[in-house]
Amino acid sequence: MTRAAGRRAGPGAGPARALVVGAEAVLVEVGTAAEAAALHAEVLRRRAAGELGPVRDVVPAARTVLLDGVRDPGALAARITGWRVPPLAEEQGPLATVPVRYDGPDLADVARLWRVAEREVAEVVGSVVFRVAFCGFAPGFGYLTGLPERFHPPRRATPRTAVPAGSLALAGEYAGVYPRSSPGGWQLIGTTDAVLWDPRREPAALFAPGTRVRFEEAGA
Amino acid sequence: MSGTGGGLWMEVLRPGALTTLQDRGRPGHAHLGVPRSGALDAEALALANRLLGNRPDTAALETTLDGTALRACGPPGSGVVVAVTGAPCPVRVSGRPVAWGEPVRIPAGAELDVGRAASGVRSYVAVRGGFAVRPVLGSRSTDVLSGLGPPLPEAGTLLPVGPAGPDPVRGADALRVPAPPAELVLPLRPGPRADWFSPASLAALWRSPYRVSPESNRIGLRTEAGPRLLRSCGGELPSEGMVLGAVQVPPDGLPVVFLADHPVTGGYPVVGVVPPGPALDAAAQARPGVPVRFTAAGW
Repeated sequence: MTRAAGRRAGPGAGPARALVVGAEAVLVEVGTAAEAAALHAEVLRRRAAGELGPVRDVVPAARTVLLDGVRDPGALAARITGWRVPPLAEEQGPLATVPVRYDGPDLADVARLWRVAEREVAEVVGSVVFRVAFCGFAPGFGYLTGLPERFHPPRRATPRTAVPAGSLALAGEYAGVYPRSSPGGWQLIGTTDAVLWDPRREPAALFAPGTRVRFEEAGA
Repeated sequence: MSGTGGGLWMEVLRPGALTTLQDRGRPGHAHLGVPRSGALDAEALALANRLLGNRPDTAALETTLDGTALRACGPPGSGVVVAVTGAPCPVRVSGRPVAWGEPVRIPAGAELDVGRAASGVRSYVAVRGGFAVRPVLGSRSTDVLSGLGPPLPEAGTLLPVGPAGPDPVRGADALRVPAPPAELVLPLRPGPRADWFSPASLAALWRSPYRVSPESNRIGLRTEAGPRLLRSCGGELPSEGMVLGAVQVPPDGLPVVFLADHPVTGGYPVVGVVPPGPALDAAAQARPGVPVRFTAAGW
């Protein structure tokens, strides 16, 4: 039914599967968020080197990278499954430092979950170098990975109808900052004045996939 | 490009139910969470621009069911040339019927009334020179999902008209008025997650028609009243990239065909993809209640 190419050779060796999507796209699947980040970097590297042919959009996600607007998806899928994808170096990607005030309405709940004092939430978050895994939900909204598993909080039982722009929020394995006010069910721990999204700016998104992010306590 | 050309503009008198500016959209920014957007009936927009001698990426107004009304504004003796395509509808200039699907001159001060669609949903109101609002990320399309692009026109909104290009206005080229579609037939290329559904469900998908749901919009064509697709495996699908025409199946089992303003990633399995082209253009014109049938394509 679904045309797939490739077989997994071993951990970190390459894509698990490449699935043809419609007439002009390939969805490449890997096992983990780290492998998806490495695959995304490899796709960009090969595109820049002119090895891919025309590709309109490269869309990384949680465990996949979509290549949309390609000429022969079947042939490309077959090629990609033969790739060896080097793991991502820790310092690879631009670094954005974002000042945060730890004043979110869910700060106390998150501190309780983590079994730390409220003021220590800033230290936990500040010690992590996050990476923008992918964007979605709204222009400029990045899904940031890197928080150790014991700090992954669940989503709120009841989503808020309006989350203020600039809110630093956590849910499961992801952290994110709301670029504009929108509904949301993530745990709000702080606020930043950083401009996450400005279509007149180049680049428009502060958090583009592959960017590394450090949250620094404002005024600390 | 954002000037008013020869000082021409259109004043919105009646915006209509949902009227947006649309061009060919902003592909290439999906990795930043930016939908592609653009005219839902891409061929109708292309035709309107061809009739007027505009470049193919020129922005026009896309109306929804009940048209719109505009006034041509400019120096005495001037005027604008417009063409209305897409869903067939009555077109009047200062109350007098004029041709649909042909270039029509509107003198400064006169009113253009684009009436209720006789069939279909979306009409395109193009002006020679195009609507020269400020582009965002290379496009003048309004994206209803993420709010990018020009705001929705309101009564009193002034839309600047751009300078005409070198190509002349063309006559109507034996234009066929599209008949109201009795049925929407969508060729579906299975994958990437067709294997998430039971074989019996997939067989039913080809066999039984759905209906276009009134919940449909620029983001997706929702279906109702057809067989619900059942999953053959449990679990959650981590969010993954989605293409135009992707047919996603939410937990209720009723397929959603993603149109121009679709989100760039989604967390429900995509059973197949309808290729961009005439079938997706037709989806933009299918009214609620119209039967939808999926046919296998690309095997």
